[in-house]
Amino acid sequence: MKIGVVTFPGTLDDRDAARAVRYAGGEAVALWHDDAELKGVDAVILPGGFSYGDYLRCGAISRFSPVMEPLIAAAMGGMPLLGICNGFQVLAEAHLIPGALTRNQHLHFLCTDQKIRIENNNTAWTNSYTKDQEIVIPLKNGEGSYQCDDETLKMLEGEGRIIARYVGENPNGSRNLIAGISNERGNIVGLMPHPEHAIDALTGPGVDGLGFFTSVLKAMVK
Amino acid sequence: MATIVVDVMLKPEILDPQGKAVASALPRLGFTFATDVRQGKRFEITVDGEPTAAQLAEVEVAAEKLLSNPVIENFTVRVEK
Repeated sequence: MKIGVVTFPGTLDDRDAARAVRYAGGEAVALWHDDAELKGVDAVILPGGFSYGDYLRCGAISRFSPVMEPLIAAAMGGMPLLGICNGFQVLAEAHLIPGALTRNQHLHFLCTDQKIRIENNNTAWTNSYTKDQEIVIPLKNGEGSYQCDDETLKMLEGEGRIIARYVGENPNGSRNLIAGISNERGNIVGLMPHPEHAIDALTGPGVDGLGFFTSVLKAMVK
Repeated sequence: MATIVVDVMLKPEILDPQGKAVASALPRLGFTFATDVRQGKRFEITVDGEPTAAQLAEVEVAAEKLLSNPVIENFTVRVEK
């Protein structure tokens, strides 16, 4: 199983994402933002970082990178696509998922081990978890406050598309404690915290994040 | 040469923490006039000659597609003399 990891100028977490794919038993394939090809991968991860220096808006310029055109087409066709942190922002800017990520309500950059609850374990990226399982993975962002209009929020709640929610105090002002959402089909997931940093107890708060990467391998076997 | 100005502001219903931080800094400096502050972005786009209607229409499209995110922001386009 080949999982592509896209590197934009300013991406930080591509290596950790590729490592997480390997830990889960998949083959990580490096994809470059300026190449309009997916190299035959079965799924793609848009990793975290500060692509294009977060100029204009986070993810706004990356969204028009050459790699995005085949990627958007493939994801619309059902290919699993996970956007983590900056990747989540790219997904929102590309309107592959509704809403937008805005400046943390308290204005501070946040870096902490965060407890989240997996509320929908029927997506391509969460099926390794049990429903309502609580996990701890790092959260590190400046613009992680999820915002959308009331109608969209009602739709996301009603359709079970809030796949993960922050547990405890709201860390960044996200509406309804949203940590991650999916598209209608469940193959595209945007997630603000970082599962790829929690796959080995030596280098992270634990191994709770590995499930996202084993999930997509299982989803592709099905 | 003319300048087309695009102003981008967060929609009124979207919380603007940066504007709030500015609003709370003003009284610390003795400025007590503000009841609220909203912070936005201004783009100054230079074109040759007087902007044509077609150019302005294109700027509108670019503002919607790239300069703003219509999910959270509104924009206005005007020509500055």
